[in-house]
Amino acid sequence: MTARTRRSLLYVPGNNPGMLQTGGLFGADVVVLDLEDSVAPSEKDAARDLVCGALRRVDFGRAATCVRLNSLDTFAAADLKSLVPARPDLVLLPKTGCPGDVLELVGILERLESLEKKDRKPIGVMALIESPRGLAEINAIAASHPRLEALVLGAEDYAAMVGALRTKEGGEIALARSQLVNAAAAYGLESFDAVFTDAADDEGLAADTILARNLGFTGKSAVNPRQVKVINDLFSPSGEDVDWAGRVVRALRQAEKEGSGVASIGGKMVDAPVARRAERILRLAEKLGPGGGDGR
Amino acid sequence: MKTVLRAAQAGTMESNDLMVIVEPGSGGISIDLESIVSRQYGAAIRATIARVAAEMGLTDLNVKAVDKGALDYAVEARTRTALGRALAPETDGGRGK
Repeated sequence: MTARTRRSLLYVPGNNPGMLQTGGLFGADVVVLDLEDSVAPSEKDAARDLVCGALRRVDFGRAATCVRLNSLDTFAAADLKSLVPARPDLVLLPKTGCPGDVLELVGILERLESLEKKDRKPIGVMALIESPRGLAEINAIAASHPRLEALVLGAEDYAAMVGALRTKEGGEIALARSQLVNAAAAYGLESFDAVFTDAADDEGLAADTILARNLGFTGKSAVNPRQVKVINDLFSPSGEDVDWAGRVVRALRQAEKEGSGVASIGGKMVDAPVARRAERILRLAEKLGPGGGDGR
Repeated sequence: MKTVLRAAQAGTMESNDLMVIVEPGSGGISIDLESIVSRQYGAAIRATIARVAAEMGLTDLNVKAVDKGALDYAVEARTRTALGRALAPETDGGRGK
């Protein structure tokens, strides 16, 4: 799955062999092997060995592999020293609080990658925004380094740190969501919404995913494999979306031939911003292919 | 050549995992394996444990392994972690962090 068409990001505990080796079976576009919150402090070394082994030997199918590191002020440097030779596609930096955090991470990556074969693809970076400080600095973080591919919202930590009560409706994280989406769009990054933590509430997940999609997120995080299909389906263009987008593009081309920059479909004006949305839908549909790119 | 400093263990008794306990030995590598798939994969599991020990420069070692259906990458990782803990200085808490 290429960048910009990644819809789902599935967290998998890094010290659980059974979950690691099945992580690629659920259709997630990105599998995040977690070394941070799901691993007890006394088991960090074990999780690191297991994740490195999984990266080298487990088939994650079409999913991109990502490792959620420990934070820079704990074990991130030790994580990277082990991980870089095992070459995940991406690393996710938790508790990203300022542009300097991204630059520090990239500096460590560059130093370690310079010890490897030169023809290997550089490891991409995602930033987890989960603090008031990170949100306050989000535009500078988004602009910090070309290696940064995505911003990911961590809503539980964020809500706790601002003293908000976390609710199913998510009003307490509305500002964080919008600011993150805007910063990502401004700097050409992907944006992933936070996890919906109640894995048994399918309707709640669908509503939360639709909200995230309508706000402009490019994808959403999943904490349970059964959430992946709902997220992928809701972030994939429907047949109606693709038909509409095709009509928009054709109408505008016709209008251009007639010397106009504006067209009308069903009485609704179609201009350049609508055309950009339509073109994005068509690009996404083309990249995902038949069946939404899930290969299932 | 390295010497295991102390007894150490890694892994769990959960499905798909392997519990490895290592301690200093006296003359070669001894592997006591208990596995739910011993007949089919016992030799392969032993070979992986022995290979990792050799890669880490260890020649005298007692290993007790309880396998719950771990794939080879997990056998290798758990062995590596247990040996890393056994070789780590006390100040590291045996966790190699």
